[in-house]
Amino acid sequence: MEIRKLTCISCPMGCPITVEMEGAEVISVTGNTCKRGDVYARKEVTHPTRIVTSTVKVTGGAADMVSVKTKEDVPKDKVFDCVRALKGVTVKAPVHIGDVIVPDAAGTGVDIVATKNVEEV
Amino acid sequence: MKSYDIVIIGGGPAGLAAAVSAKESGIDSILILERDKELGGILNQCIHNGFGLHTFKEELTGPEYAQRFITQVEDLKIEYCLHTMVMDISPQKVVTAMNREEGMFEIQAKAVILAMGCRERSRGALNIPGYRPAGIYSAGTAQRLVNMEGLMPGREVVILGSGDIGLIMARRMTFEGAKVKVVAELMPYSGGLKRNIVQCLDDYGIPLKLSHTVVDIKGKKRVEGVTLAEVDEKGRPIPGTEEFYSCDTLLLSVGLIPENELSGDMGVEMSPVTSGPVVNESLETNIEGVFACGNVLHVHDLVDFVSEEAAAAGKNAAAYVKGTRTEEGGREITLDPTDGVRYTVPATVNTARMDDILTVRFRVGGVYKNCYVSAYFDDERVIHKKRQIVAPGEMEEIRLTKEQLAEYPDLKTITVKIEEA
Repeated sequence: MEIRKLTCISCPMGCPITVEMEGAEVISVTGNTCKRGDVYARKEVTHPTRIVTSTVKVTGGAADMVSVKTKEDVPKDKVFDCVRALKGVTVKAPVHIGDVIVPDAAGTGVDIVATKNVEEV
Repeated sequence: MKSYDIVIIGGGPAGLAAAVSAKESGIDSILILERDKELGGILNQCIHNGFGLHTFKEELTGPEYAQRFITQVEDLKIEYCLHTMVMDISPQKVVTAMNREEGMFEIQAKAVILAMGCRERSRGALNIPGYRPAGIYSAGTAQRLVNMEGLMPGREVVILGSGDIGLIMARRMTFEGAKVKVVAELMPYSGGLKRNIVQCLDDYGIPLKLSHTVVDIKGKKRVEGVTLAEVDEKGRPIPGTEEFYSCDTLLLSVGLIPENELSGDMGVEMSPVTSGPVVNESLETNIEGVFACGNVLHVHDLVDFVSEEAAAAGKNAAAYVKGTRTEEGGREITLDPTDGVRYTVPATVNTARMDDILTVRFRVGGVYKNCYVSAYFDDERVIHKKRQIVAPGEMEEIRLTKEQLAEYPDLKTITVKIEEA
């Protein structure tokens, strides 16, 4: 049996949650003081995901950098792979919100898209 | 002299939302003055997500949230000047500004909306001993360097203060290959959101040391390291607890201060608690026709609430200019923050001018668990809301209704307080 300790992020209480696991299965969730804590803990130990945000260089634009994000959340253990997929990437202005910067980042099936408009100058 | 109905000082989230709202309230003559090269203010460097859950029911990044409002400003054909610094506003609402194209110029406004935002507390305000080497940045400066200019401030980082910008930068610097060694927080609790502590520190194994501060900075030309020490309940370093961390960069995330030089110079009455203007239910200052909203008024945690507050300021400024607001028949009620409540925005309520529902925002001075947020109408407790927790890092609110206040014709003071269960 594996014990996982988490801090709930559902509200400022930050309840310390203990999850007992048997392999991939959740046996018990304790320490939470409301239902939201239970839902958060179960997702966090079985399928944690994050949105990854970063920036890439732009040439010929009104700004030097353009901000980007994974269009949807990706598995937490793929976060650094997504960051690495952006290394050395340079785009040409104009760039607009939603433009795909890196398709299928790190094999997650999720595109990395621009989150800012940078017009050509 | 040029003249406009409403001049808005600042083109960040507050200024943009105020402009859109004023325009939609029927004012065509609006000018936004912005000192940066683009609209959007600080949102442009806040590339992380988590903005807009209240306003748009989706999680946006800062630049995306800003663009939603910039698009509205463009579509509504609201005028704005970039690269333009406001130097002075007179009590008669003459705005003196300058830029490279027009030099120094004056604009007569019928109403002014103050939306200048806030600035970070700097090292000078902290009394940290040691030399003044390169490598000490406010977290927001580092954020701008990394996210907008593509520059890395350093490779080995210690962060003092656990405000949200510092936490966000811990993750950001980690993504860019830096080693963030520790975050030290003077208080026994973090000023940042739980979500940021978990997703920016815990996710990357970055330790958070509560009740710790920097007692020495080593290095003459460049930071070589900092010494942390634990502090007692009065914030004094405890001898013998010192610990040295080698690093080339120290980021400070130690609080935000509303930027009110212009307001103070024009004679706006300021609150010593918020460092922002004292306002009434219309978000109007003691100078008639001068309104304030967003972080220049009081520092917010969520941009959604800035937009909401600014929209109210825009609507109220429009009513003032059009002469449609109720000028008579109202009673003035004072809001009195006490017992754990540090301030309220607004500070007074005119019962005739208020909207049907008025949101009163405030912050508490400490962490209170299982408590009540209460409002006493003179001596009678009228609002009594159970809260599992309230903390200084999260803005609180209560709502007053016009209907409710009409039931208390002799009401003078509403006392807002925290009551322990």
